[in-house]
Amino acid sequence: MSFHRISLTINGELERADVSANMTLLDLLRETLVYTGTKNGCSAGECGACTVMMDGEPVNSCLVLAVECDGAEILTVEGLAKDSKLDPIQEAIMEAGGVQCGFCTPGILIASRALLDRNPNPSTSEIRAALVGNLCRCTGYLRIIEAVQEAARL
Amino acid sequence: MNAYPKLPEFDYIKPDSYQEASQFLASHAGEARPFIGGTDLFVQMRDRTCKPKYLVDIKGLEGMDLITFDQARGLTIGAGVNMNRVIADADIRDRYRLLADAAESVASYQLRSRASIVGNICNASPAGDTIGACLLLDGVLNVFGESGERQEPLKTFFLGPGKTRLQPGDIVTAIHFPLPPNNMKGSYIKLGRNQLSDLAIVGVTALGYPESSVESGYWFKLALASVAPIPLVVDRVGEIMGHDPISEASLQQAAGAAMDTCTPIDDVRGSARYRKIMVRNLSYKALKDVWGQLSED
Repeated sequence: MSFHRISLTINGELERADVSANMTLLDLLRETLVYTGTKNGCSAGECGACTVMMDGEPVNSCLVLAVECDGAEILTVEGLAKDSKLDPIQEAIMEAGGVQCGFCTPGILIASRALLDRNPNPSTSEIRAALVGNLCRCTGYLRIIEAVQEAARL
Repeated sequence: MNAYPKLPEFDYIKPDSYQEASQFLASHAGEARPFIGGTDLFVQMRDRTCKPKYLVDIKGLEGMDLITFDQARGLTIGAGVNMNRVIADADIRDRYRLLADAAESVASYQLRSRASIVGNICNASPAGDTIGACLLLDGVLNVFGESGERQEPLKTFFLGPGKTRLQPGDIVTAIHFPLPPNNMKGSYIKLGRNQLSDLAIVGVTALGYPESSVESGYWFKLALASVAPIPLVVDRVGEIMGHDPISEASLQQAAGAAMDTCTPIDDVRGSARYRKIMVRNLSYKALKDVWGQLSED
């Protein structure tokens, strides 16, 4: 198997790593660099718990090879807060009660932030469509959708 | 069994040119696979249904990330262009809306950041959501192979589930669409187990446009997903809808022809019998939707 030396930016910090060809971005984040905020739910691109931003667009990190991230900018849930201040979507999801067990939350925060970046004032149906790739087994989604609407107002 | 199996071992190859990529793929036939987003391939590899020894990452090759539209020649979408870009592109939304709509029905936003139209086609799943639109819009693949560049019409591209006319060493560089007919309207209806994001149990793509050379004054086309070993175009629909003035009877006759043409199987998503009936019902609905849009003009 081939091995590759890569460098990438994670939450603004330059990181270097030696990665095997079959290592995913999710493996690299969780197991090598210990950004454990990003979760592994299904390993198949269906649940969205592993969602991170890659060069400004949300991706399922379980379906991206680490070696493909050479030179990329990655944003994980750990990088959402700026200068000790939570992102409005983080504030809003706490306020709305959009977190129960919390396993899906990091992915939902990233997917929601990506939505608000491309559409600062989304309708309910646009929020539902944007979060279709993020499964939550606790909340029933309503409070998550309320939180995204609230974050758009903040 | 490990709930989270790792990807099996392989070598990652990132070629600098089409020539290099093609030569590598040809000289490692059966062992090397080209990939773009990997959204299907990595899942198959994790399930151990596919174990390539080499993965050749072709999306960085020159021109792969381009969408070009020309009033005279039509639309060309590079193989590396992800589906979200296709959905957001102004020219595609304006003139090839059916393709944007079909792409929007694929999985989720984050999956579409990686998934591509050409990948969807080369994966050759009978359920591929965007394939029906690409077939009806007369898509042609630009292929770089060992013996140079050639074009592969989509119409004759599919041979079976996962099987295409591509040979070892072939790389699809882009898909090209001619200019669509004036006032063309389209409809994609996907029946999934949930409203959004699921694979199709049945997918129906329909389009229609004014055509003075036929009796009814309109030409219609219809394609079906998930109900045959390959994505299916129902040629009889055009003949039926072209013959007499469009009416309830011709819509129903065309939908019946779609049902008679398809050959679905029973699987985890639905039974063959259910699929046949839904092909008739959804073909009717899609054709009626297109007809409604055409009548508004």
